[in-house]
Amino acid sequence: MEHLAILPILIPMLGGVLMLLPPISGDLARQRSLSLAALGALMLVSLWLVLHANGGTIQLYVLGDWTPPFGIVLVADRLSTLMLLLSSALGFACMLYACAGDDRQGAYFHPLFMFQLMGINGAFLTGDIFNLFVFFEVLLIASYALLIHGGGKQKTRASVHYVVLNLVGSSIFLFALGILYGTLGTLNIADMAQKVAHLDAAEQAIASAGALMLLVVFGLKSAILPLQFWLPRTYASASAPVAALFAILTKVGIYSILRVFTVIFGDEAGGLAHIATPWLWPLAILTLTAATIGVLAASSLRELIAQLVVLSVGTLLVGLAMNRIESTGALLYYLVHSTLVCAGLFLLADMIGRQRGKAEDRFVAARRMCQPLGIGIAFFIGALTIVGLPPFSGFVGKALLLKAADIGTEAAWVYPSILIGGLAALIAMSRAGTTLFWHTSREPDSCERVSRLQLVAVFLLLGMSPLLVIFGGPVSDFTLDTATQLHEMSRSVDALLPGGGS
Amino acid sequence: MEMTYALCVGILTTCGIFLALRGRTFPVVVGLTLLSYAVNLFLFASGRLNVEDAAVLMDEATQYTDPLPQALVLTAIVIGFAMTAFAVILAMRARADLGNDHVDGRLPSITDESSNKERP
Repeated sequence: MEHLAILPILIPMLGGVLMLLPPISGDLARQRSLSLAALGALMLVSLWLVLHANGGTIQLYVLGDWTPPFGIVLVADRLSTLMLLLSSALGFACMLYACAGDDRQGAYFHPLFMFQLMGINGAFLTGDIFNLFVFFEVLLIASYALLIHGGGKQKTRASVHYVVLNLVGSSIFLFALGILYGTLGTLNIADMAQKVAHLDAAEQAIASAGALMLLVVFGLKSAILPLQFWLPRTYASASAPVAALFAILTKVGIYSILRVFTVIFGDEAGGLAHIATPWLWPLAILTLTAATIGVLAASSLRELIAQLVVLSVGTLLVGLAMNRIESTGALLYYLVHSTLVCAGLFLLADMIGRQRGKAEDRFVAARRMCQPLGIGIAFFIGALTIVGLPPFSGFVGKALLLKAADIGTEAAWVYPSILIGGLAALIAMSRAGTTLFWHTSREPDSCERVSRLQLVAVFLLLGMSPLLVIFGGPVSDFTLDTATQLHEMSRSVDALLPGGGS
Repeated sequence: MEMTYALCVGILTTCGIFLALRGRTFPVVVGLTLLSYAVNLFLFASGRLNVEDAAVLMDEATQYTDPLPQALVLTAIVIGFAMTAFAVILAMRARADLGNDHVDGRLPSITDESSNKERP
C-alpha cells in the first residue's frame, strides 16, 4: 500500500510509453481504451490517497530509500492528494471528449496527454524543489506539443510565444534555485523551511531575491498580471480537450506559490516570513481588474473563457494574499470549482463553434445550432457557475472567500474587486449567450451533431458543480483541514525529515 | 577566479536577454541558448568554487567539492538541450506556416501602415 503514492506518476508514464510501442501505437481504438483505463485507474488511486491523507497522516515516499533531506522524496499530504484527484478527474473528462474524434487531428495525442498528466501529478507530489522544476519541464514540453496538436497558423503563432516565454521562465527558475541552494544548502522543501530562519542578514537579502524570482516564475505559469498576456491567445487557439486540460496548468502555478510561500517562507521563516504577501496584494487586485476589462472586451467565446481563467486566477490570488487558514481553505474550494468549470466551458465552446459553421464561436449572428437544447442547458449551468450565482459552486466559493476577508481595509479592497469581476463576467456571459443562442441569421442547412460522448464529458465536468454544493459541507471541511495542515507544516517539519536536517 | 566567473555569467545573461528580446526567431533561439549557458554556469557556482578539491568518492580527503550542483547542472543541461531543439524546430515550423520568421508571425511597420492608410 505504501507504494501507491508513486503510482500517479508511474501510471501515466508507463501508459504513455506503452502507447508508443507496436501493438498499441498504430491502433487508435487500443490507444483510446488504454488511455481511459489508465485515467480510470489514476482516479481510483488518487481517491484512495485522498481518503488515506484525510486521516491526517502525511505519507512520505522516499525514493531509493535515501533518507530526506538527501535524495528525492514524494509527499502525499491533503493538499497534494486533493490536487491529484482534481487533475485525474479533469484528465478523464478531457480524454472522454477527445476520444470522440479530436485525437485524430494529429499524431501522438494519447502519449502526449499521458506525459502531460505525469508532469502535473509529479509537480503536485514532489517534496523537493529541484524535482518540482524537472516535473514543470515534463509538463511544459508535453504542453508545447499538445498546443500545436491539430496544426494551423493560429496554433503555431500562439505556440512560439508560449514556448519562448516558458523557456525564459525555466531559466529564471534555475537561477532562483541556484540562489536558494547557494544560501540554504538544500533543496528539500521541509529542510529549506527549517534552514531559512537561521540565515544571517546578508544571506537573507540574497535568499529573498531567489524567493521573489520563484514568485516571478510561478506568476508566469499561473498568469498573474504583468505576465498574463500569453494566456488568452494560447488557450483560445488550442484544440478543445487540450485547452480544457490546460485549465489546470495555471493552478499548478498557484499550487506552487501556496507550497513555497506558506511552507518555506511562511510563519516560521524569521526575517523572510511572508515575503510574497506585500507583492501578492497589488498583483491580485490588478489581475482582477485586467481580467474584468478583458472579459468585457472578448470577441469570441473561447477568448472570453480564457479571460475568465485569468479572472479566476485573480480571485485565487486574493485568497493567497490574505494568507490565513480560512482564506486558504476557501481558495482551495474555489480552485477545484474554477478548474472543472473552466475546462467544461472550453469543451462547450468547441461544440458551439462546430454547430455554428463558419462563424464558429465569435459573437456574431450565425446559423441556428441544431442541438440547442442540450448545449443550451450546459451553457446555462456553466455560465451561472462561473459567474458565481446561486445555487452553484461559484457562489459558495466566492462567499467563502469573501467571508475570510477581514472587515476593514482588507474587505474594502477584496469585496469590490471580486464582486465587480463577477458582475463583468455576468454581463459578458449574458451577452455571449444571447448572441450565440438567440441571435440567429438562418436555419441550419446541414448538421454536424455533437456525439453523445462529448456531451457526457461536458456534463461530467459541469455536473461537479452541483455536487460541490450538495456535498459543500464535507468538501469545505476537507479544504479547511488541508489549509490547516499546510499552515502547520512550516512549524512541524520534523515529520517530513525522518533523518533530521542536513 | 570568482570575478572572471561572475563576469562570464553576467555577460552571457546580458547577451541572452538582449537577443531573446529581438524580433526574429533565430536571434531569440540563440538568446535562449546563451541564457541556458549562463544558468548552467550559475548553478555550478552555487556549490561554491573550489580549486583542487577531492571528488566526494575519496575517503581520505578532508575537503570535498559539492557534488549536488554538478548533478543539477547535468539535469539542467539535458533539459535545456531538449528545449532548445524543440524551439529550433518550432521556429522552422513557424517560418513555414506563417511565411516569415518574425516572432509575432507577421512583419511590423511597412505592411501594417500601408493597409491602415488604405482603409479609410
